[in-house]
Amino acid sequence: MTMHTREAGGTPLVALTDISISFGGIKAVDHASVDLYPGEVVGLLGHNGAGKSTLIKILSGAYKRDTGSIKINGEEVRIENPRDAKDYGIETIYQTLALADNVDAAANLFLGREKLTRWGTLDDVAMEADARRVMGRLNPNFRRFKEPVKSLSGGQRQSVAIARAILFNARILIMDEPTAALGPQETAQVGDLVKQLKGDGIGIFMIDHDIHQVFDLCDRVVVMKNGQVVGTANVKDVTKDEVLGMIIAGKCPAGAVPGPGAVKD
Amino acid sequence: MSDTSHQPAKTTTTATTPQEGMLTSFLRKTEIDQRLLGMVGALLLIWIGFHVYGQIANGFGAFLTPRNLWNLSVQTASIGIMATGMVLVIVTRHIDLSVGSILGFSAMVMAILQVRVLPDLIGIGHPMIWVITVVAGIAIGALVGAFHGYLVAYLAIPAFIVTLGGLLFWRGMSYMLARGETISPLDQTFSLLGGGPFGSVGATVSWVLGIVACLGIAALIIAGRSQRKRFQFPLRPLWAEWFLGLVGSALILGFVVLVNSYPWPVGIVRQYAEATGITVPEGGLFISHGFAIPVLILIVVGIAMTFLATRTQFGRYVFAIGGNPEAAELAGINTRWVTVKIFALMGALCGLSAVVASARLNSATNSLGTLDELYVIAAAVIGGTSLAGGVGTIYGAILGAVVMQSLQTGMILIGFDAAIQQIVVGSVLVVAVWLDTLYRGRAK
Repeated sequence: MTMHTREAGGTPLVALTDISISFGGIKAVDHASVDLYPGEVVGLLGHNGAGKSTLIKILSGAYKRDTGSIKINGEEVRIENPRDAKDYGIETIYQTLALADNVDAAANLFLGREKLTRWGTLDDVAMEADARRVMGRLNPNFRRFKEPVKSLSGGQRQSVAIARAILFNARILIMDEPTAALGPQETAQVGDLVKQLKGDGIGIFMIDHDIHQVFDLCDRVVVMKNGQVVGTANVKDVTKDEVLGMIIAGKCPAGAVPGPGAVKD
Repeated sequence: MSDTSHQPAKTTTTATTPQEGMLTSFLRKTEIDQRLLGMVGALLLIWIGFHVYGQIANGFGAFLTPRNLWNLSVQTASIGIMATGMVLVIVTRHIDLSVGSILGFSAMVMAILQVRVLPDLIGIGHPMIWVITVVAGIAIGALVGAFHGYLVAYLAIPAFIVTLGGLLFWRGMSYMLARGETISPLDQTFSLLGGGPFGSVGATVSWVLGIVACLGIAALIIAGRSQRKRFQFPLRPLWAEWFLGLVGSALILGFVVLVNSYPWPVGIVRQYAEATGITVPEGGLFISHGFAIPVLILIVVGIAMTFLATRTQFGRYVFAIGGNPEAAELAGINTRWVTVKIFALMGALCGLSAVVASARLNSATNSLGTLDELYVIAAAVIGGTSLAGGVGTIYGAILGAVVMQSLQTGMILIGFDAAIQQIVVGSVLVVAVWLDTLYRGRAK
């Protein structure tokens, strides 16, 4: 498999171009353009309400955009609902985790894509076996496969949400604050996982408020403010302080490519 | 896992933890639901209470007799069938107030079909009349339910309002259909579906069904065990499997003995003897009722609905939607279409229930099914279905229906009048939900 990396000038895995969406007259996302290459981790940064999660939900099919185009491997695609997104190999770990609290881990992992026996009934045993396998990779101490996820700890719930996203061989992974509920050790595990997935050629969009973690894991950052893109930069070309300046003041430093939201001086 | 690391020299991994009592350990190992046990206990209390009260107040305990319990089983059927569907409706955080009216409407359609339409088309007493009628009744119910579901899912009208409208609408429609008349008598074969001496399967068939059910339990236990072995998952202890199998079989065979020890009334036996030309011996002829057909219908519905709720993708989606509608939508489930299917299924069960209810009365009246919605919802809720959504079981709802019917029957037997019956049923519903809230609060 050839890797169309950004440096090689290949086709982006995902290209979101000129995306806008309004809710009741408020432009939540305003002509934003972002792209993502295979094996790349792109951090989306910005204040609460900057439009990061909304932009990402357009890609994952939870919201329908007003304008703009989505291209995957250079081809224009229609994403009308979460099912369409999953068909294109886009998996999402939502900030709210989006778990059905009353059913167990295996049922959540396979929700919407259940394994069936040859009689068309649920193959719970096979699903539990797969769940044990993937959870063993993420969280080896996890034992509570028979309990509803409501009774699990925050970290365990988060690992269920992450396991669901990687179970189906995603090509594009969206992580909306994936480590928000995790302790230091689990956060490190997620970091290792991200590097491993990256090595497999998966493209990852990551929303995170922890600037250190972003610099540690991401190749590029995209900063948003008031629904607009302030700028895009390789993490090698900018300092943490410069990125904080982009987030807070909307100032685009020399090492970054300015977007429509950059403050002009 | 509870933390027992401070305990020195733990020898076995499955040992009872010190703070766990005998009963809790027993329940955990057999995987018996505590709530189920509580409901069975409450039911026994009601039964024994009414029986003893009858003995003291009237000098005769009429409750725990084969005759009463057999009748109880027949009377439970109609509400029980609908309660299994109501579980799915309530689990998805909806409600259906129109079930009684849908029942009345489809009963009226079926009555007109079998009494006024079909005899003209294919002849009076044609053996296909009951089949066509039943299929039509269930289909009418399903269509009405699907229409309600469409309004709820795609037009986003709250289910409470849609089905409140439906409650009035379909009651009015059934009045319009027959201009308020009662249609009776119904087709002879059709009326067997309501039970009665001829609408029961008799002693031999009851024994056969009972034994088949016992073998079914054994097969389920063995299949479950081998499945879990195949993937090397933890197994229930062997004694627990035996215990569950034996208790289950004992209950089934006990039920068979019960329905077989209720004989046909003397008058019916005489009619039957005259019709078939056998002579009745000196001491009378003992002909067992066996299982009534509506009870068998309820059991089949219960098994089918349990299968649907726990073993199919549809059932999984129903519970996931109830637990977190947004998550279900984000997981790619077409939640609207599932909602339509749930209401359609509820409607179909109302149609089936209409078969049982009208066949039992051998007529369709304009008031058939009035207030049923309340008993059905009460049965589901008493059976542990949470109005907050996401939680509920089919067997619970059927047990809930038995509890509701036991209360009513018991109060009639000991001579309470209608006003007191309503007061008691209303209070029981509220208290049951309160106890349930307490239980859930403690379980957290």
